[in-house]
Amino acid sequence: MDLINLGIRSIFIDNMVFAYFLGMCSFLAVSKKVSTALGLGAAVIFVLTVTVPVNWLLNEYVLKEGALTWVNAELATVDLTFLRFIMFIAIIAAMVQLVEMVVEKFAPALYGALGIFLPLIAVNCAILGGSLFMAQRDYTLAESAVYGFGSGTGFFLAIVALAAIREKLKYSAVPNGLKGLGITMLLTGLMGIAFMSFMGIDL
Amino acid sequence: MSTETVEKAIEKKPAEALFSKRRKKLITDPLVDDNPITIQVLGICSALAVTTQMKPTLVMAISVIFVIVMSNLVISIMRNTIPTRVRIIVQLAVVATLVTLVSEVLRAFAYDMYKELSVFVGLIITNCIVMGRLEAFALGNKPYDSVLDGFGSALGYSWIILTVAFFRELWGSGSVFGIQVFEYISGIFGPDFKLATNGLMVSPVGAFIILGLIIWVQRTKTGYVEH
Repeated sequence: MDLINLGIRSIFIDNMVFAYFLGMCSFLAVSKKVSTALGLGAAVIFVLTVTVPVNWLLNEYVLKEGALTWVNAELATVDLTFLRFIMFIAIIAAMVQLVEMVVEKFAPALYGALGIFLPLIAVNCAILGGSLFMAQRDYTLAESAVYGFGSGTGFFLAIVALAAIREKLKYSAVPNGLKGLGITMLLTGLMGIAFMSFMGIDL
Repeated sequence: MSTETVEKAIEKKPAEALFSKRRKKLITDPLVDDNPITIQVLGICSALAVTTQMKPTLVMAISVIFVIVMSNLVISIMRNTIPTRVRIIVQLAVVATLVTLVSEVLRAFAYDMYKELSVFVGLIITNCIVMGRLEAFALGNKPYDSVLDGFGSALGYSWIILTVAFFRELWGSGSVFGIQVFEYISGIFGPDFKLATNGLMVSPVGAFIILGLIIWVQRTKTGYVEH
């Protein structure tokens, strides 16, 4: 039950885009067409669901204070948390590469659809942000898997919805200075208000 | 032909002034005309979340300036030794190291601020401006120029997020840098005069709308139109 709750929270209430501004760069850049937005959204769900639990393992068994006791009892006082950023980003880059190779081998159609988005994801703030939040909030392994999937889904929903709106926006008369980025920011704000209505949902 | 090139080479000899016209442009261009946030649409990810108040925003801006300038310097010094194939990893490693440095300094000397900024210091790593400047400038230019370029971009980024923070704090909490401005104004005009704060400004929605409006004003002024 807690897990379902966490999943719903991470999709709607703690939405990556609307609550934490994460992944904004690709959110703004790749939301011009629904089809590309679908591709990027799917890739983000995929990579977040994989990297957050993997980074959890890394954090739990290597980086945390006293995490190295399973190697040697003398290492109980070693605290490697300061290596967190560099290790997380390395894992993310490696996992993205790995995921890319696996997808290319076993699902060429999906690989063609995701195409250039997979490598780009390594520097998407939402991915690193997911892992950092996981470490900060002391999730368990199951929780971090659900959290990764949930926040990825939240990003997916947000980017696809925005792309759909922007496709319709082509037919509207937007003031010159507001074209492109300006109107998109305002739209994101309005969508944020819509998502605020989910606040307080608890199963 | 050959003599011409020789002459040119000789002409170039005298060292360029410390702040020549070209170098000044490196700093001033990203402030308005080529602003990383409003024109290039980079680096929106990591920073907006801290803009509910001026103080954390200022710390964030200083951290970003430090990271961009130093990473530009380091990458520019190493630019001829980095193999192109692994340059992204090298850049990420350099940036992550610098960010770790910033985060550890904050944790040691300003623990409250460290708690407040939480994950967003770490997210400077994936701030697109950092990687963008490294890729676009530091990999092909001399160290001093790269430092100026990084400094300019970071300043362009800083003034935007500080402006956003100013309006969000003023309208959201009625204060500037923690000084209660609204209360003070109400004090002048008597108890009947009350300035209300808007809760929406404190929520992320406020940041999106304020930034949208800033972009509108700025682009109308510069006449930049996106197609």
